[in-house]
Amino acid sequence: MMRRALPAGRKRRHLLIALAAACLVLLAATPAALGDAITPESGGSPNANDIDTLYKITLYVAIVIFLIVEGTLIWSIVRFRARRGGPEPDQIRGNTPLELGWTVGAALILVVLTVVTFLYLDDIKNPPASGPNGLRADAAQFASIDQPSPPKGAGRPLNIHVNGQQYVWRFDYPGAQPLFSYFEMVVPTDTTVTLDVNASDVIHSWWIPKLGGKVDAVPDHTNQTWFKIEKPGVYRGQCAELCGPGHADMRAMVKAVPPDEYRAWAVRQRADIKAGQQALARQRAQRETRGEVR
Amino acid sequence: MEAGTIAREAPTARPEIVTRGLEDRPRGWLAWLTTTDHKKIGIMYLVATFAFFILGGVEALIMRLQLAQPNGTLVHAETYNGLVTMHGTTMIFLFVVPVLAGFGNYVVPLMIGARDMAFPRINALSFWLLLFGGMVFYTSVFFEPPQAGWTMYVPLSDDAYTASGGPDAWILLIHLTGLSSLLGAINFVATIHNMRAKGMSWGRMPLFVWAILIYSYLLVAALPAVAAAVTMLLTDRHFGTAFFDPTGGGDPLLWQHLFWFFGHPEVYIMVLPAFGMISEIIPVFSRKPIFGYKAIAAATVAIAFLGLLVWAHHMFATPTATVVLAFFMLSSFTIAVPTGVKIFNWIATMWRGQIVFKTAMLYATALPALFVVGGISGVLLAIFPVDWQLTDTYFVVAHLHYVLFGGSVFGIFAGLYYWFPKMSGKLMSEGLGKVSFWTMFVGFNMTFLVQHSAGLSGMPRRIYDYPGSLHVTGYNLVSTIGAFILGIGILITVINVLVSFRSGRQAGNDPWHGNTLEWFVSSPPPENNFDVVPRVRSVEPMKDIRREVERANRPAGSVSQPVASGT
Repeated sequence: MMRRALPAGRKRRHLLIALAAACLVLLAATPAALGDAITPESGGSPNANDIDTLYKITLYVAIVIFLIVEGTLIWSIVRFRARRGGPEPDQIRGNTPLELGWTVGAALILVVLTVVTFLYLDDIKNPPASGPNGLRADAAQFASIDQPSPPKGAGRPLNIHVNGQQYVWRFDYPGAQPLFSYFEMVVPTDTTVTLDVNASDVIHSWWIPKLGGKVDAVPDHTNQTWFKIEKPGVYRGQCAELCGPGHADMRAMVKAVPPDEYRAWAVRQRADIKAGQQALARQRAQRETRGEVR
Repeated sequence: MEAGTIAREAPTARPEIVTRGLEDRPRGWLAWLTTTDHKKIGIMYLVATFAFFILGGVEALIMRLQLAQPNGTLVHAETYNGLVTMHGTTMIFLFVVPVLAGFGNYVVPLMIGARDMAFPRINALSFWLLLFGGMVFYTSVFFEPPQAGWTMYVPLSDDAYTASGGPDAWILLIHLTGLSSLLGAINFVATIHNMRAKGMSWGRMPLFVWAILIYSYLLVAALPAVAAAVTMLLTDRHFGTAFFDPTGGGDPLLWQHLFWFFGHPEVYIMVLPAFGMISEIIPVFSRKPIFGYKAIAAATVAIAFLGLLVWAHHMFATPTATVVLAFFMLSSFTIAVPTGVKIFNWIATMWRGQIVFKTAMLYATALPALFVVGGISGVLLAIFPVDWQLTDTYFVVAHLHYVLFGGSVFGIFAGLYYWFPKMSGKLMSEGLGKVSFWTMFVGFNMTFLVQHSAGLSGMPRRIYDYPGSLHVTGYNLVSTIGAFILGIGILITVINVLVSFRSGRQAGNDPWHGNTLEWFVSSPPPENNFDVVPRVRSVEPMKDIRREVERANRPAGSVSQPVASGT
């Protein structure tokens, strides 16, 4: 019985090798073919890119495991189907070395993944220094306190306060005069931008996929993240924590412009805000004179 | 069914139940209302939970229709958020957890050679609490259903942001179903510890019984946390406390910690018994003993223990110290090891077997095949920097459905096809069963595989609408079509159950050549289950009995029957 089965077994072995080779080719080709369909968004900021790399490394390990498990499973299902008059199968109850083997093997893979994660963690979590073409030190433009680990060197980051509210994001920029915007955040290129994120009503979550991971905006807590954009461009995202009926409409965009343009925008925006406040004061005074409000 | 018919099965045995002074039993629907028989209660559990499963499924289909194209106009944002909440809550609290209690109720006493559960009346109470919990929850449909998601995060669910009674209906549901589960769990623990047949040591207990035991301990460990949390939410909403209200000195993150301290073990509560089911089914249809019995039982215990230590991996994006994130990443990683051990053991059980592909076996083999995908995406999600990109997106939706549908629900369907002949005495149609399986398998993967990509492309979960510019329209359309195929597959099984119950072929005591004691008794079993409880000499007592019967050269029909022929 066993002897007769051998040639067929050999044929199957060839088939198995061919299958394994095909799988390897597929494995190499998959990320190229599928592109962004199976990896996170990236390309806006170094932390998003590092997350993407960390994800891909894990994914490669995962695909190998996936193929091994599904392969042996499908192989068993096909190969060991009940056949008419087939022999009573051996009543195997276990195999301690084999069982210890796959337990230790699984644990080792996870140790490797842990090491890789910690290798990338620093670069993902800690903001780097701003680049040479970033926003230069105009004193009050810059944050000086409360950053995760203040980057050394000249290029200090620009700190923006992000506040989530049903259903809009408000951005407060540093400086003595009030400077803020809603929905659209304008930032200078080649400048590290650190964000202090919180919320004033319910929990929201700040997320611009190409600029890195999410940070939850929780009332009474401050959460932190950062990004650094090289080239001018527009990056879109939306709130990622269910915050009410308008959750899906709570979108945001980050517009990166050259530092000069950013400065010009800041001047315009400050002037607009000031003009708006003065107009409000005038209106209030007019209403008072008309006796509409006290 | 009645006590008087039992003696026929074992003419030589002395009956142990004495039926003196018995009152007339109620008949018809009153018999079901007043029953304390674990088998009837088990069937009521199964019928009720499958009804909720269909409700939850319809809610899912409405959501998929809304999302088939950008700018969907089928439902409003408020309705959509209500559907999100109802679907998640229904599937978890009213389907997966209690349907497993239903199977446990029916099967565990039979498997361990007991005549009922330890506390039959508490058992009935568990069922009715569940049913009333579900009804209280669903009455909110006529007012305003809760809209804050099944996780009911504060402050959104607090009275300042949700003044309607929706969250209160949800809180009552948690209390009623929680009480139901706690009582049921204590009942299982007492039954399994004390009422096993002579000779059934811990090392001879069927793996499904192991799984239900651990399921019960996990429920007892995890439920008090959520019971406390929802009580605090109730007092926050109505009695002026501020446990979770930041304006009063409370902390919204406390809710998340308490909720997930329950919520993550809940995942294992939902999946371990399904693992237990296929640990029974795979060896039976492979005609081989389970590979590594002790390893699987130990892995069940290990998963349960570790499952209590991973809750904050649902909170990686909250403001939390890195060292805490690292701890929860590592603890989540470790769970992959015992889970992997189980999957390898199932494959090794099939290896060099003689696999008979009845429908139950198809669903049982699909479980590891699909669960692997959920396990792998779970490891990706456990890496907290990667989680920052993936959390709260459709990637998570895909992950949790591979775990809870690919894992639990396929296991539940395997269990349904496996034990239906025991419960009804009728075989289910294998033809319809196989059509249903393949439809569900294809539909399931179509629905959820592409959702990984939608999430990776930036689509958050729980949104009623998405912009066309997000480039996820194709994924969503495929997902919607897949969902309807999946729905048709489920419908075929429902039809199969109804048709087979009316006109299925007689199953006999032991249609599958089972390993465990439930196949020793008639189908359906008599009310007292066993006249004589067989002595257990191995982990596969029914196999021993069949062998003994063959040795004694008695006609095969008297105790065990041959496997029903045909497909």
